[in-house]
Amino acid sequence: MSDTRPLLARRAGFLRDLGSVALRAVRLTRRDAEAVVPGLVVPLFFLMINIGSLQSFVEGNLPPGFDFKAFQLPVSIIFAVTGISRAGSLVIDVQDGYLDRLLLTPVARPTLLLGLMVADLAVITLMCVPVVILGAVLGVWFETGVLGMLVFLAIGISWGIAFTGFPYAIALKTGNPIAVNNAFLLFFPFAFLTTAYVPQEQMTGWLATVADWNPVTYLLAGMRALLMTGWDGDAILKAFLASGMVAAISFTLAFTALRGRVRHK
Amino acid sequence: MNPPSSPAVEARGLVRVFGEKRAVDGVDLDIPRGQIYGFLGPNGAGKSTTVRMLTTLLNPTSGTARVAGHDIAGDTENVRLRIGVALQESALDPKQTGREILDMQGRLYGLDRAARHERIADLERLVDIGDAMDAMVSTYSGGMKRRLDLAAALVHKPEVLFLDEPTTGLDPVSRASVWAEVRRLNEEMGMTIFLTTQYLEEADALAHRVGIIARGRIVADGTPAELKRSIGSDVVIVSVGEGQGALAGDTLRGVNGLDHVEVKGDRVIVGVSDGGAALSPVAVALSGAGVKVNELTLRTPTLDDVFLEMTGNRMEEGETA
Repeated sequence: MSDTRPLLARRAGFLRDLGSVALRAVRLTRRDAEAVVPGLVVPLFFLMINIGSLQSFVEGNLPPGFDFKAFQLPVSIIFAVTGISRAGSLVIDVQDGYLDRLLLTPVARPTLLLGLMVADLAVITLMCVPVVILGAVLGVWFETGVLGMLVFLAIGISWGIAFTGFPYAIALKTGNPIAVNNAFLLFFPFAFLTTAYVPQEQMTGWLATVADWNPVTYLLAGMRALLMTGWDGDAILKAFLASGMVAAISFTLAFTALRGRVRHK
Repeated sequence: MNPPSSPAVEARGLVRVFGEKRAVDGVDLDIPRGQIYGFLGPNGAGKSTTVRMLTTLLNPTSGTARVAGHDIAGDTENVRLRIGVALQESALDPKQTGREILDMQGRLYGLDRAARHERIADLERLVDIGDAMDAMVSTYSGGMKRRLDLAAALVHKPEVLFLDEPTTGLDPVSRASVWAEVRRLNEEMGMTIFLTTQYLEEADALAHRVGIIARGRIVADGTPAELKRSIGSDVVIVSVGEGQGALAGDTLRGVNGLDHVEVKGDRVIVGVSDGGAALSPVAVALSGAGVKVNELTLRTPTLDDVFLEMTGNRMEEGETA
């Protein structure tokens, strides 16, 4: 017997592959809602606590008119979006052999990661909204209006996506869920060695030096400008550049790890 | 282009080394299209590593292979378009439904919506899990997962289907169902099937040809009948008194006309070209040596006997090194 049937399979193409992988990732994210919700509670909690405990102290030690609530809102956004990824799910795919099943198909390899990032983008966007709403409830609004709010969200989202590369790199390199869970440790230097609680001009010594090199400092500056002072092109550009630089590093690590994982070693 | 006259699988000197271990050590294969090829060996023999190389998941350390006419190292995409694979462990996502998994497979193989719906409808019969198609895979039994895994490998109607131990861990009913489907795919669709198994009766029942692999090397290759004939026509099994196995073995080794004698505890297994004629000399020799014979059985050889002849071990014992 010889098989002369026409070939049914063909390459779906990059965009269709991206859509297929993203569709699955979004679907699974919806089913993993219990893993996403706590990530939202924490930043809202810290926003309330920080304002409640530090507002009087900070505003009392700074020139009149300083709005600590507006100052804190970008910090909560950073807390909400940093570390969101489907890296844990990717590790399970590695361990269960489902990644092998995908690799047996002609799927465009980069879409295996980019598709997950599409789901991350959706989650990160959703995480930002309640924080902004809580800010509005607390009386924080944007000097730059609705357009400024959209740019503010774009900066937060760009940072959230930029950071996803780190947990994906760890997931693909190690295939170890514990290592992926520990990826949140990377978050601490970014989140705390910066202007999270006091303005940059008030910082001194080594912390001021570290904050100068921390990309989150520039994100916060750009976001705070949109909230507190108005359209500051320089600050906004630096915020996006900071995200871009982190993305360049983290994505390089992640896609290098993907290449290593699918290289048929 | 797909050259339909080329062999389904062709390998020359395929080697895969992991550290110090040569998991696959110079495998040659020539499998014509339309055959069921049984790749038989115990755990750790190199079956799965060979499959992973032939299905493009693993690069060979050396050697070459072509599957469905395309090179597994240089033309991976054309290989992937033409093969279906069900790996040893069901590679399924427990948080998707059966239908979602099949649909995802169809998408990745470039099937449009209508083709996907048609294929999934066809495959529902194979999967035969009723409403569970729309339930999470995490709720499936082992047999249901195996059948869904097989269905996922068939979504795009592959030319060559690789099944890596498809019935391991299945109950007899599920196993029979997989066997029936393998036969149907081969007979009705002309699909070439490369089937690895550690079950002798599976290879015997399904495969047109069998390759026996041990310690990374193919030690025998042929139809099941040819392989059995190669070690003699019959097997005589003698069950002797407790502690008399060694004496019985030594005694029978001195009997003319016996091809080989193997002692397994209180059992002695004798390979012989004419079993009927050998029964009497065997019984007389044992009686003369004072060996108590509890049972004397004559049967035709199995693939396990072939494996023993080629490797010195029984399949059930696994690899000794």
